[in-house]
Amino acid sequence: MFHWLEKNPFFFAVGVFLVIVFAGLIEILPNFAEASRPIAGLKPYTVLELAGKEVYKKDNCIACHSQLIRPFKSETDRYGQYSLSGEYAYDRPFLWGSKRTGPDLHRVGNYRTTDWHENHMWEPQSVVPQSIMPAYKHHFTNMADIDTAYAEAVTVKKLFATPYDAPNGTPLGTHEEAKAAALEEAKAITANMKNQDVKDAVANGQIPEIVALIAYMNRLK
Amino acid sequence: MQSNAALEYDYSVAKLFTYTTILFGIIGMLVGTLIAAQLAFPQLNYLIGEYGTFSRLRPLHTDVVVYGFMLSGIWATFYYVGQRVLKVSMAESKFLMFMGKFHFYLYFVGALIAVVTLLLGITTSKEYAEFEWPIDLVVVVIWVSWGISLFGLIGIRREKSLYISMWYYIAAFLGVAMLYLFNNMEVPTYFVSGGIGSIMHSVSMYAGTNDALVQWWFGHNAVGFVFTVAIIAMIYYFLPKESGQAVYSYKLSLLSFWGLMFVYLWAGGHHLIWSTVPDWMQTMGSVFSVVLILPSWGSAINMLLTMKGEWNQLTENPLIKLMVLASTFYMLSTIEGPIQSIKSVNAIAHFTDWIPGHVHDGVLGWVVFMIMAALFHMAPRMFKREIYSKKLIEIQFWIQTTAIVLYFTSMWIAGITQGMMWRAVDEYGNLMYSFIDTVAILHPYYVIRAVSGVLYLAGFLLFAYNMVKTMTSSKAISEEPTNKTPMAA
Repeated sequence: MFHWLEKNPFFFAVGVFLVIVFAGLIEILPNFAEASRPIAGLKPYTVLELAGKEVYKKDNCIACHSQLIRPFKSETDRYGQYSLSGEYAYDRPFLWGSKRTGPDLHRVGNYRTTDWHENHMWEPQSVVPQSIMPAYKHHFTNMADIDTAYAEAVTVKKLFATPYDAPNGTPLGTHEEAKAAALEEAKAITANMKNQDVKDAVANGQIPEIVALIAYMNRLK
Repeated sequence: MQSNAALEYDYSVAKLFTYTTILFGIIGMLVGTLIAAQLAFPQLNYLIGEYGTFSRLRPLHTDVVVYGFMLSGIWATFYYVGQRVLKVSMAESKFLMFMGKFHFYLYFVGALIAVVTLLLGITTSKEYAEFEWPIDLVVVVIWVSWGISLFGLIGIRREKSLYISMWYYIAAFLGVAMLYLFNNMEVPTYFVSGGIGSIMHSVSMYAGTNDALVQWWFGHNAVGFVFTVAIIAMIYYFLPKESGQAVYSYKLSLLSFWGLMFVYLWAGGHHLIWSTVPDWMQTMGSVFSVVLILPSWGSAINMLLTMKGEWNQLTENPLIKLMVLASTFYMLSTIEGPIQSIKSVNAIAHFTDWIPGHVHDGVLGWVVFMIMAALFHMAPRMFKREIYSKKLIEIQFWIQTTAIVLYFTSMWIAGITQGMMWRAVDEYGNLMYSFIDTVAILHPYYVIRAVSGVLYLAGFLLFAYNMVKTMTSSKAISEEPTNKTPMAA
């Protein structure tokens, strides 16, 4: 049979394909519907949080930080409740990471504050002297992309039925409403910040990346 | 003994990919060395402003070495080996010649665009699948062009039976095509929202745990099909050719090939052990990873036994040395991976530096050594000049071997140290170390790793120098170098 296959490339290729596709079908498909179900009470990300998630992606925080607390006592002691599948239902893409050069961030919102993040992102060694993390000062001058974040929210609402505008849920509204809401949320965050340039920018209706990123960090609980 | 004299092979596409193999190799390893040094000396994060942080450069390193260096190497060898084992010349078909060149130029342009977008932070943030949707579309066209070249060449072949290398090239083509397509299913938000925001932005079709499953089914296997399957295609051709020995066992190659194809894809689950994917999937990933030892070692042993009775060549021919070491590192890497996939070991190893340690003994020892040996074998035949310096290959071999040993030993120690410290508790059951303690202790190992990077890069620069000299100014030869008992292929 193998000699015959080696003389018939078409059937050889079909054979190879069937053999490799098999594992994917069995491992991935059966659980698909169940794994995408959110836990009770999970709200979709606000537009500002989504913009912060974009900053997280853009600067590729997953290179050093995980968002996955494993079910061991040493991890739950350090980071809190172990992660549940349904908590990630609105994460497109997932941001678990695969390397902890820095600590896990899945529940960082429980134990770090806005001003801690502000100091830390400006100069990590000011709060953790031995830290090897680089400073992300450009987050204080670059503006977050609220439009793209809104576009993402609209997309997941339309295509994946993410429950925006549901009762007691996360409101989305029109583009203008969403921008205004993001600015309000940003103002609440800058009230706890000290960087004057950031405060001024928000007062002028602009939202620096750091504000969006902190909104996202504070949401991780 | 069969003469190839009647057929003049056309190596123009193979040569083009040879150049990019060298170019992307240098760039990828340079960035790799830089980011290794950044972990030891964080000041190095600020060399080029916001574009030079570890986090921004890390995907650049991985993508340039995988999709730049390795794919170039794979295609350089394919456009060389394909013609020779199928007994047809690219020059026989104008169409295939055009497709080959189209494949190269589109790939080169695509690669440059990809580098720029990654530096700008335009990324999906999925490991090894960072490219945003427009680049993904270009990748699909590049891949299809390779498919046309691959099956086109097979279509006009004279040798009816496909040589083992061709099995692996076909498998690499199909496997990566399937995995890449499914993992990069994403929706551009610009169009769905009616033209709002950035056009270079998309959301994954899968959420959370599902996205993780698809990603690591892809991540382990697409990279695996590049790191493993396509590299085995090379060694099955170049080791027998260079040594003049016939492949030790056809049956063993059959077993390893079909075994690898069936088992490989299951193993992706081992990246998700102790995560939120169902337990049975984690167990499947773990078990199949251990089973994967059989086909992996099958190929490696088949290659080592091919040298039976000819081990003296190891001292005489530096290319044999490179390939035998590659095979040996393949064995090391494919026993280490299954060990890390055992659940209790994974609990310590996951998230630590042991994982990059594992990846690098595989890629530095197996993939890069094999690609360099292949290019060294091809160069005299493509450029009709002798290898510029065998002495340099010897020097390079020892520098790089030292570098690999430094790399994986330091990362083994770093990874296991950190994994143990994360879980260490005092007599009252409280955690003994804060997180930063477990970072600070790694400094010496990060320094060693950075040194190993410098050494490895230096060795690669020697390789590049040797290749350039071979192409341009080495002694011309009128006939192909022959080996003791050249095989028909």
